Amino acid sequence: MFPIFEARFLAPDVKLFRIEAPRVARKRLAGQFVIVRIHEEGERIPLTIADSSAADGTVTLIVQGVGKTTKRMNRLEAGDALLDLVGPLGKPTEVERFGTVAVVGGGVGTAIAYPSAVALQQAGNRVISIVGARTSDLLILEDEMKAVSDLLIVTTDDGTRGFHGFVTQALAERIAAEPIDRVYAIGPVPMMKAVADVTRPLGIRTIVSLNPIMVDGTGMCGGCRVLVGGTSKFACVDGPEFDAHEVDFRVLQQRNAAYRKEEKESLDVFLRAGLCAEIQS
Amino acid sequence: MTRPTTKERIKLPRLDMPAREPELRAHDFDEVNLGFDPRVAAGEALRCLECANPACVKGCPVGVKVREFVQLIYDGEFVQAAAKIREDNVLPAVTGRVCPQEDQCEGACLLGKRGAPLAIGHLERFVADYERQAGAIGLPPIAEPTGKKVAIVGSGPAGLSAAGELIQRGHRVRVLEALHEIGGVLVYGIPEFRLPKAIVRQEVDNLRLMGVELETDVVVGKTVTIDELFEEEGFDAVFIATGAGLPRFLGVPGEHLNGVCSANEFLTRVNLMKAWRFPEYDEPVYDCRGKTVAVIGGGNTALDSIRTALRLGAKEAMLIYRRSDAEMPARAEEVHHAKEEGIHFHTLANPVEFLGDANGQLTGVRCVRMELGEPAADGRRQSNPIPGSEFEMPLDVAIVAVGTSANPIVQSSTPGLATTRKGYIEANPDTLRTSKKGVFAGGDIVTGAATVILAMGAGRKAARSVDEYLRSGEW
Repeated sequence: MFPIFEARFLAPDVKLFRIEAPRVARKRLAGQFVIVRIHEEGERIPLTIADSSAADGTVTLIVQGVGKTTKRMNRLEAGDALLDLVGPLGKPTEVERFGTVAVVGGGVGTAIAYPSAVALQQAGNRVISIVGARTSDLLILEDEMKAVSDLLIVTTDDGTRGFHGFVTQALAERIAAEPIDRVYAIGPVPMMKAVADVTRPLGIRTIVSLNPIMVDGTGMCGGCRVLVGGTSKFACVDGPEFDAHEVDFRVLQQRNAAYRKEEKESLDVFLRAGLCAEIQS
Repeated sequence: MTRPTTKERIKLPRLDMPAREPELRAHDFDEVNLGFDPRVAAGEALRCLECANPACVKGCPVGVKVREFVQLIYDGEFVQAAAKIREDNVLPAVTGRVCPQEDQCEGACLLGKRGAPLAIGHLERFVADYERQAGAIGLPPIAEPTGKKVAIVGSGPAGLSAAGELIQRGHRVRVLEALHEIGGVLVYGIPEFRLPKAIVRQEVDNLRLMGVELETDVVVGKTVTIDELFEEEGFDAVFIATGAGLPRFLGVPGEHLNGVCSANEFLTRVNLMKAWRFPEYDEPVYDCRGKTVAVIGGGNTALDSIRTALRLGAKEAMLIYRRSDAEMPARAEEVHHAKEEGIHFHTLANPVEFLGDANGQLTGVRCVRMELGEPAADGRRQSNPIPGSEFEMPLDVAIVAVGTSANPIVQSSTPGLATTRKGYIEANPDTLRTSKKGVFAGGDIVTGAATVILAMGAGRKAARSVDEYLRSGEW
């Protein structure tokens, strides 16, 4: 069991957890993830580690309640525990002194972008962070990102805060304003594809962190295979970070929808049961 | 009662293992074979020729004392018979079910020269089940503590068998498992209808009772490295038994379509994650109900996958294999059961492309017919495509079961650990010592994918070698 030390909402449906997992906390590097299982009948889901503290032996996970498992996890509080947590998995972010690096986080992708921004800043890069969300309520980690960035640009699709528009527009403007050596983009698949489309013609090396469907997280099942440069790669052991210009985003998006029907069924059953419980109480 | 003469025994027919009716069992996950009762077991044991120099024992990768345990069954000493097996094999309930006996003990049995060999596998299964049902498990004695600590990486058959042996020799033993359940391929790979998970749990509990420490959710190489196990966690030796690794795919167009998956993924979802009980359990699996499902491959994993698909409600379930029936590596009993259950065998055929629709959903497969050529280095005849023989079949789900390649996690995180060209760990075949001091390796991570019993044999060999090293201190 992995006890939860702290649990708080950062935005509607987006919750931060600090979980006791000393071995993982000690080993993890930026860009790595864990697999969690929250109850006996539960599935295994991958979650990128947002932060960790070797001193108090905790890892921080930021979870957006989308499907049954994440919604159920978001009902957990400090004092509860996760049944299983295993990691740190995947290859860490490649961190060097590249020069000027733009770190782009879309929605809850910012939670995944954050540790990479920290590591890149510590390595002596000029870090420009571009953090976007649909609307201001959904923005997360703004202060944290600001603290590790030489420049922070906030965008909202509806203009309720910061730049009115998409992260890609803000990125294109920034590229026009100053030379950028490398881009990290983490967020929904369409956003990462859009960023890749912006940087490809300019030849700016761009890294994306992929979050495909995964079961074991150690290379055993091959469910997380993605097409990169025309060859099959396993995101769990070969990734999760890949060259954005080589990733086949169309296949990724299609594969992520493989269990849409079952995911909906599972969520419906869960929400109905929750509703029944509420009515009864 | 006087025992029949050898001549009379040869004439006795082999007693059949009762199995549930194919029409019934093809729709649920309950075990196919029903097991012997004591009377049938004793009757079958009677057939043993009691050879002075038993070939069956030599045929067994771990040298189970077949003649002796069969004699004990004949004498009605069932629990003692189980204890006799346990001297060489700590998981008799498992191997009695999953060993390819026709290639091992039974393949060597003299009775088989004239008629049917002694049903050694069924007898082994019987005593293990008997002892479990009687609640009278005889655990072997444990030696005085040596004060030495051994870490075992992986809780599959190799790891568990090594753990059982090492704990008996007085060492502290800790098994580290990456998944959330102990058992490796026995829990994620082999389906319930062939190896009920309650049986695996029982065998694991026996090891726990003997003092083996079992820890889940630890990926050695990630959560903790081999070097850290020595330097920070105080282990004196490490046995790496991480098993077969990454699933191989065919490398043909369309393999990324939804509806195509590896057998490892399919079986893990169903067995470990209990997707067959979705939505009670959260993990889904490709919906097979009323669908046409094919497995590609001819090994036990392929058979397990397609028979699982049938039980998940497939309307049509077929196996596509590039060689013929004779080259199929699967256990004979599984092939027999699969055919009884109505699985269609498309042999001498190989997929060249998976076909899909605009949404990326699998709709069919294009295959080419194959013909057998000369035997390859492994002795099996090669298969070659027949030009111009392509044909298409509609398909909703395709499960790829064409083998695995080495999982690199431990190797890449352990400096000084030599690997083969294909990425498997190099180990001395006699001692299972690796290039790194104090580190041993065995099972599929050394040999490539093999069988449960070969892995157990490796575990046992490793345990003896580890014990020898811990006592002598010499590398």
